[in-house]
Amino acid sequence: MGETVTFWVLAVASVAAALGLVFSRKAVYSALMLGVVMLSLAVLYAVQDAPFLAAVQIIVYTGAVMMLFLFVLMLVGVDSSDSLVETLRGQRFWAFLAGLGFAVLLALGFGNVVFAAPTGLAAVNQAGNVPSLAEAIFTRYVFAFEVTSALLITAALGAMVLAHRERAEAKATQKDLSRARFVAFGETGANPASLPGPGTYARHNAIDMPALLPDGSISQLSVNRHLARHTEELLEERSGELDASETPVAEITEGENSK
Amino acid sequence: MTFLVSPVANPGPTSPGPTLADFGHDPLWISIIKAVFLFVFLMVGVLMGVWTERKLISRMQHRYGPNRAGKFGLLQTVADGLKMGLKEDLMPRKVDKLLYFLAPVIIAVPAFLAFSVIPFGPVVSMFGVKTPLQLTDLPVAVLLILAMASIGVYGIVLAGWASRSPYAILGGLRSSAQVVSYEIAMGLSFVAVFLYAGTLSTSEIVAKQADGGSFALGSLNIPLPSWYAVLLIPSFLIYVLTMLGETNRVPFDLPEGEGELVGGFHTEYSSSLKFAMFMLAEYVNVFVVSGVATTLFLGGWRAPWPISLWDGANVGWWPMLWFFAKLVLLFCFFVWVRASLPRVRYDQLMHFGWKVLIPLNLAWILMVASFRALRVDNSPLVIVLMAIVVVGALGVYFRFDTVLQRRREQRAAQEAEEFDQLRDQPTAGGFPVPALDLPHYHGATTGLNRKEVPSA
Repeated sequence: MGETVTFWVLAVASVAAALGLVFSRKAVYSALMLGVVMLSLAVLYAVQDAPFLAAVQIIVYTGAVMMLFLFVLMLVGVDSSDSLVETLRGQRFWAFLAGLGFAVLLALGFGNVVFAAPTGLAAVNQAGNVPSLAEAIFTRYVFAFEVTSALLITAALGAMVLAHRERAEAKATQKDLSRARFVAFGETGANPASLPGPGTYARHNAIDMPALLPDGSISQLSVNRHLARHTEELLEERSGELDASETPVAEITEGENSK
Repeated sequence: MTFLVSPVANPGPTSPGPTLADFGHDPLWISIIKAVFLFVFLMVGVLMGVWTERKLISRMQHRYGPNRAGKFGLLQTVADGLKMGLKEDLMPRKVDKLLYFLAPVIIAVPAFLAFSVIPFGPVVSMFGVKTPLQLTDLPVAVLLILAMASIGVYGIVLAGWASRSPYAILGGLRSSAQVVSYEIAMGLSFVAVFLYAGTLSTSEIVAKQADGGSFALGSLNIPLPSWYAVLLIPSFLIYVLTMLGETNRVPFDLPEGEGELVGGFHTEYSSSLKFAMFMLAEYVNVFVVSGVATTLFLGGWRAPWPISLWDGANVGWWPMLWFFAKLVLLFCFFVWVRASLPRVRYDQLMHFGWKVLIPLNLAWILMVASFRALRVDNSPLVIVLMAIVVVGALGVYFRFDTVLQRRREQRAAQEAEEFDQLRDQPTAGGFPVPALDLPHYHGATTGLNRKEVPSA
């Protein structure tokens, strides 16, 4: 009774999630829907007296879906949706045909298994679910198990080799960088310290406003080079403002010096 | 010489505790009572936990901490919680509404679920029904806890993604990478416990820690420690480190490194009830990992040594007290660590997780597994194996030590040379030091010899 209820609730949830996975426009939603399908499967396994499989399903597939999610974020972008332009001709037709064939194969193959009553489950689980699974994996199916793990390791190694780039020289540490800055200071007088902030005389602390030196002139160091053009425009505007409204600091100091 | 570890022939005055067979017979109302108790325990635990942490860390930093609301500031967390509940719930305009709303729920629910397999005590009589003090147990209970932890990460990542804010998404990505990495080391640190206990069920792991057995050396019977924290100390130490990483606590709290990411993944959750859910989940997760540490390594609800001499220590309701005491001590350990250690850098974190914890763990598991496998045969090979491992470890240590020492000396020499070179060329700048005859020194430094100290 409980099993039937669980099945029908989860069947609806997982089929809905699977449809959502296919039809969702946002790749992130698709990945999440896949997660829902996997969780539903895990609960189904648990109901079918396979607690180990259920736990492993959650651990492995939530991790896998998480990776998928992160790849979507990194490769596709934070909030882009799928492009719906078909690049392969006649792809839909062949995909439909292949899908239909696979469905028929599944129906025929699993029909026999599913509609026959399960036999020997209690006997197999006699020693406990985990020990009996372990026994099956490490005695009768040990070759298949080892081959599978070799395959997985090969795939992981291959991915690492493909993605790995050898560093030409050692990565500079913080200490190396600091040392290099001071050597450069000794040779050329380049500023070794951090760039100046808005300064005591500043009236703004926005990133696009340059710092003012005590003599009222602008510290070029404080100008972000990406914002430099923007800053120049701003400065022109600002100098107009200053002339009109108030006496600039620079004039005062210059005046005092000249006396 | 016989070298074998055998369980003590006559068991103690009480049975080691409930096993898997004791579960699944509770009437529904007992299960409901237990579930409600767990929920209330965790909610009150979070309220008191926040207060304890703030109070404890204050005393460690020579402050008083919260002391206004209620006696000893006990009601401070309640007041904060009420304030969060009554605040306007802001929904930023550009967020992904569904996931933004779901993320706090996804992070909080698995944290509570994981506690359902933590054993609080032995079989007691509850309103006339004999039942173990644990909501449920499974043949794969510890895996369930790991599974719940891996679902909880989704809350963090989704909160980061749904917020549509750079700080939040960076925090979410960092946290997912961190939790996934540390989960591997955490799972591996359980393996040795599984090998020794021979089961994945929490109640049975506690039962296995009832007696350590004894080590028969000739005619001498040396009792072995029963806690896996002592017996499998490398696993325990690695677990303690990973539990800090898994719960995003100091020194591994990079997902919310204030200096660089504001609040990390919950930046956009301005202090409303949703933010309260994140706080709740964080503390419940701390309790979960502490509960797991207690159960797997610290003997679970069983009384520690001096108390365990008392016959009634491990029967009835008393064990709940021991469990609670262990939980509180572990929580205090979290606070102590937070007060003592600075946050690590992100590359250090990943380096430590992948290149130190996981290989160490694998080597240790290999050793434990070989030990277990050979011990079954009662073979003297075990001693040979141990000797090889010890000699090998020492050899590796000395080799590394020599290499590192040589490298250190070389680097020091290079730095000294560079320093001399710079000092000899004041025209090239040398190391910049402020002019020591500046007027605001009032001549205090002019008479002194200027002596520069190399930074190495």
